[in-house]
Amino acid sequence: MPLLQVKNMTHYFGGLRAVHQYHLEIEPGQIRALIGPNGAGKTTVFNLITGIHHPSKGQIILEGENIVGLRPYQIASRGLGRTFQNLRLWRHMTVLEHVKMARYSRLTYGLAGAFFGTPKRNREEEAIEATALELLEMVGAGGFAHQNVLQLPYGAQRRVEMARALATEPKVLFLDEPTAGMNPEELLQMMAIIRLIHKKMGVAIFLIEHRLKVVMELCHSIQTLVFGEVIAEGNPSEIQNNPKVIDAYLGQDMVE
Amino acid sequence: MIMTSITNSGWWVKLKRFCAPVPLLGWLLGALGAVILEHIAGDPFSELLGLPKIPVLFGALVMLKKPLLIPSVLLYVLVIYGMPPALVGRLFSGLANRAAEKLLRFSKPFSVLIHLALLYAILHTWSDLSAYRLLTLKFTLIAVMLTLSLNVINGYMGEFSCSHPGFMALGAYVASTFTLSLFVNDRLFGEALLPAGLGPFLFPVALILGGLVAALGALVVAIPSFRTRGDYLAIISLAFMFIVKSLFENLEIVGGPRGMGSQPNWANLPTVFVWTVLCVWIINNFVRSTMGKALNAVRDDETAADAMTVNTRKTKMVGFLFAAFWAGVAGGLFAHVLRYINPGTFGIQRLAEGLAMVYFGGLNSVYGSILGAVSLSFLSEALRPLEILKWIIIPLLLILVMIFRPTGLIAFKEFNVGNLIKPKNTAPIED
Repeated sequence: MPLLQVKNMTHYFGGLRAVHQYHLEIEPGQIRALIGPNGAGKTTVFNLITGIHHPSKGQIILEGENIVGLRPYQIASRGLGRTFQNLRLWRHMTVLEHVKMARYSRLTYGLAGAFFGTPKRNREEEAIEATALELLEMVGAGGFAHQNVLQLPYGAQRRVEMARALATEPKVLFLDEPTAGMNPEELLQMMAIIRLIHKKMGVAIFLIEHRLKVVMELCHSIQTLVFGEVIAEGNPSEIQNNPKVIDAYLGQDMVE
Repeated sequence: MIMTSITNSGWWVKLKRFCAPVPLLGWLLGALGAVILEHIAGDPFSELLGLPKIPVLFGALVMLKKPLLIPSVLLYVLVIYGMPPALVGRLFSGLANRAAEKLLRFSKPFSVLIHLALLYAILHTWSDLSAYRLLTLKFTLIAVMLTLSLNVINGYMGEFSCSHPGFMALGAYVASTFTLSLFVNDRLFGEALLPAGLGPFLFPVALILGGLVAALGALVVAIPSFRTRGDYLAIISLAFMFIVKSLFENLEIVGGPRGMGSQPNWANLPTVFVWTVLCVWIINNFVRSTMGKALNAVRDDETAADAMTVNTRKTKMVGFLFAAFWAGVAGGLFAHVLRYINPGTFGIQRLAEGLAMVYFGGLNSVYGSILGAVSLSFLSEALRPLEILKWIIIPLLLILVMIFRPTGLIAFKEFNVGNLIKPKNTAPIED
């Protein structure tokens, strides 16, 4: 059984059909990509699976359990971690606090612990701090731990967001354009980090990406989404030579 | 601009250098020296300077009423309040540092307790000299509780709530009803049901009960307004405040618009002080935990918080109810300090005061709330002789703060007790 399975997912925004009959199967440890022209509905697919929107029709099954209708935080604590296309960081918090926050659902000290600063709470806070620092070290942002997140360069902010998503202990990590707006150097760094977390944590990764270099080098399998519908699916070389994909990106003329 | 010119000028740097090596323990001892000195020498010294009596609020009242006495008052303040801390701070800073270090080595909670005891001794000695001082001090401490709890909603959580006077009223009425009906022969509730001697021990129960009812009131506001974000809470909470007010105006059983009075005098300085410390301690614990920081995450980006496993709805509820609880407790204390309450006390003016203290002191900061509450409480007492002009000066001051420091004087700063009590000139001690 696949780790994450999406069946027949369709979603309407009012009268607009944003996603139609979407299917997806992710096996443990896979890296998959979702590509498509702007406005194809890629981010909507992410938002639907992670619970920000609820699909009009269809099923989303995580480890044999239907997660449609759950609130985003519940889905996140069941193992779907994500980053955002436009960074969504908390502007008044430090880098370390960001990553610690993603451990929220695993805190067990409760309100009494929070109010009275019990020893149990101190122990737990120390433990999640250690975890957070480890993750930050892994994405190469350990040196920024105590800085406010807005003081960081853009590339580092992206990596902090990644560490934050990893701190939720995802089974599938959703990366929404992890290399958007990056220069070539930062791009290579980011690719190295994605490889590293894949190898170290064995997490399945599902990413939206525009840069072919990233997609071709990293992914086992690619889906192409156009106007909310999957028009092609396969390994990188198949996709690269698929006439429908070329058509969607470059127009009819180039196919001939 | 003004800020930088102040911080760069020579005397400011000198003052900073002068203060740098003195730990908090040193300042507290110095202040204790000052208030003891006033106790002993205050009366003869003020007579010598030609003052009618000892200046009550650092001379502000006298200076505004009789400008001719300004030099004497300044001299008095300098000698009585300025000299001892400066002397103790400077001469015994080494000693104080060593003492602070020893205390911290021994045990941090113990060191905190010693500091608090010193602070209490200072406040007690200072307020001992005049009933007016004592009353001002108690109201200031209550204002600290109110401001801090309002800051949890308006600062830490980033919502705009106007219902704090309502929560305070709930706490005040519930606590008063509890004490009046059980321990006092009262015109509203008849014979006392329990011996009055038991009262002081059950007073905390009255306050907590008041807090809980206030939290229940908060639940009524929270359920409809936290389904969405934005201005809804501001509007609903404002409505709630007026509803509570007119509810008590029409409830004849608690005195209607005439209110109820003669609450027992149990809110003495130690009681108010202990509750304030408890409030600051618990709120500070909460907002520094990851669970409490979730409030900030929800404020700065709710979608992201949700995606990072934070139960946003629960977080907002807890924050709001928690703040309301402390407003209720503060209301209960307020009722027993003033020993008379009526619905008019908990109106729009109290709301304006509370909001002003929060935004003046600084959002998202315990220091800020303490500073805002203390400075505005004192200012509003000190400027009393100016009568109507007071309501021009204080808002002007607020506008200036909003221009030069939009988030308040000390905003977004963590209140780290460990750092506060540690000796100076040594390695920082981790909390």
